Amino acid sequence: VRAGVIYSPPQNYPLYIRSIPTENELKFHYTVHTSLDVVDEKISAMGKALVDQRELYLGLLYPTEDYKVYGYVTNSRVKFVMVVDSSNTALRDNEIRSMFRKLHNSYTDIMCNPFYNPGDRIHSRAFDNMVNSMMMQVC
Amino acid sequence: MEQGPVGGSAAAASSAATTGTGSGGLLLPLSESEQQRYSELFSRCCPTPEAAAGGSSVGELFRASQLPPDTLHQITEVCGAKRVGYFGPAQFYIALKLIAAAQSGFPVRIESIKNELPLPRFIALKNDSEVRYGTPAELHGVKFQVPHATLEKNSYKRTDEGDKQETKSPPMSPICSPPASPSTYQRIPLSYGYGKSRSGLEQQHGAPYEVRHSTHQQDGTSSGNYGAKPALGCSTLNRSLSVEREQQDSSTHYSDDPWRITEEQRDYYVNQFRSLQPDLNSFISGSVAKNFFTKSKLPIPELSHIWELSDVDCDGALTLPEFCAAFHLVVARKNGYQLPETLPETLLPEYLQAASLKPLHDCALFDSYSETLPGSQQTRDFSRTEKTSAEEVPDKSALLQDGKKDDKQALKVSTSLKTIPKEFQHLTVKTAAQESNALKARPRSRSYSSTSIEDAMKKGEEPPTPPPRPQKSHSRASSLDLNKIFQQNTQ
Repeated sequence: VRAGVIYSPPQNYPLYIRSIPTENELKFHYTVHTSLDVVDEKISAMGKALVDQRELYLGLLYPTEDYKVYGYVTNSRVKFVMVVDSSNTALRDNEIRSMFRKLHNSYTDIMCNPFYNPGDRIHSRAFDNMVNSMMMQVC
Repeated sequence: MEQGPVGGSAAAASSAATTGTGSGGLLLPLSESEQQRYSELFSRCCPTPEAAAGGSSVGELFRASQLPPDTLHQITEVCGAKRVGYFGPAQFYIALKLIAAAQSGFPVRIESIKNELPLPRFIALKNDSEVRYGTPAELHGVKFQVPHATLEKNSYKRTDEGDKQETKSPPMSPICSPPASPSTYQRIPLSYGYGKSRSGLEQQHGAPYEVRHSTHQQDGTSSGNYGAKPALGCSTLNRSLSVEREQQDSSTHYSDDPWRITEEQRDYYVNQFRSLQPDLNSFISGSVAKNFFTKSKLPIPELSHIWELSDVDCDGALTLPEFCAAFHLVVARKNGYQLPETLPETLLPEYLQAASLKPLHDCALFDSYSETLPGSQQTRDFSRTEKTSAEEVPDKSALLQDGKKDDKQALKVSTSLKTIPKEFQHLTVKTAAQESNALKARPRSRSYSSTSIEDAMKKGEEPPTPPPRPQKSHSRASSLDLNKIFQQNTQ
């Protein structure tokens, strides 16, 4: 049971939302949206050291009783947020990292497409396939 | 002669003709008898009035006119069917008129059909009660517009090589018009051949489309043949691309594969590429390509998908094989084909490069980067070396072990391109494709977590030639915007 969202700067509107299963979607949207605050907080916390090494992977944003939220931000301030079921303890940190990395890679592929305007919602089929396969893997 | 249905059939013909995608065209006056005769022939050749004529039945009809094959070729060309790729009513009528002209001894030109002409004569047609018609009466008649192909991209030609072969499978595919096709015509392959020998039967199926094959037996002159053919050949095609005929090599046997690029198409694409980018070894940047493909008037999401399919190394630029693939997909889409989910094998860059046997990759590749993405050189280098050869498979295994090294790239550069027989290329292409996909994943396996702004800045200042050592922290997209962010932060 997971959901993933990509938010874009600076207004933080979602570029891409996908959740499995598709019911309770609204709850995931809400969760992800509120977690943006945590993301921003983390970014600004690193703000002083921005020039130096900055972790793209933000790690566990906050755990709730039901699920955990992970965050990832790119250098261009595009935020990836992922919600994972708490019961899914088999999911280790490394795997989350690799998933974010894959997301980031696919996102850059989309950016390479000259027909894609940054800020548009993402409709790429390749991206969909990648996200689906990733989520299937975990569930 | 029946006068009654002339008006109705004439109206049908004119309406069908004008629904074509044409902005301008010829006005072709037909007399009454001509009109009636033509519409009768047309309706015999195609099952529904609004569709275009079945290629094979058209072929038989033309052959029945007893004109030499060259003349028939010429007629096909002049009537515009070759250009638009199918026999719509307009093309068919013009062709008939040209046949009449040729039979009367006039040259095959558009001008000759503007005159009064006797009706074309077709020998031994099944339903033909009258073999010959007398001269027509007046010139009054229905004028209808001949839709010409508007889009330049649709105007591909067929290679009518003597050794071309076509095959047909006995079960006919049902008639189904392409869903998003801009015109109401069904696309019929120009699958007739004039006196060519055909052999064999081959069957293939593609995933999103049905390929129709036709077997034409060695054409005997018996009327029984002609009688049988219209019945057999009148079914129209589902999705076969009308100009997708590959030349028959001695070693390989291509059938109607819409995702296969013919020689003529390839030449056309290469010329288009040249118009955008004179250096064939270099590539077209994304914005240039975007402007170019936007002219095709396909919707942006589809163009986006086409780009996704064809830009295999995802570098935001199109090399020649990528461009050919993209162009081909655009052409296919404009002809009503659904875009595939993944790039067909025959459109892979490695395959196209191997097929073209052109020495596309050498030092020029590394020197001719367009510096739109300064940070992307790394992955671009890598993908260039990936793409550089279907032939250099052994080098690829070295690639796997060594990672990105400059000396290895130098090795590639110095390796000359070997032309390998096509069968081997087929094999190497497959493995190369798999390897390149695996290889593509490799540069991504580096951790992005330590990307820093200085690294990206360093990247941006590097010269176009391959940098000595890829920095572990490099990430393509981050370096795109880092400069901007860095400037913002320093303000």
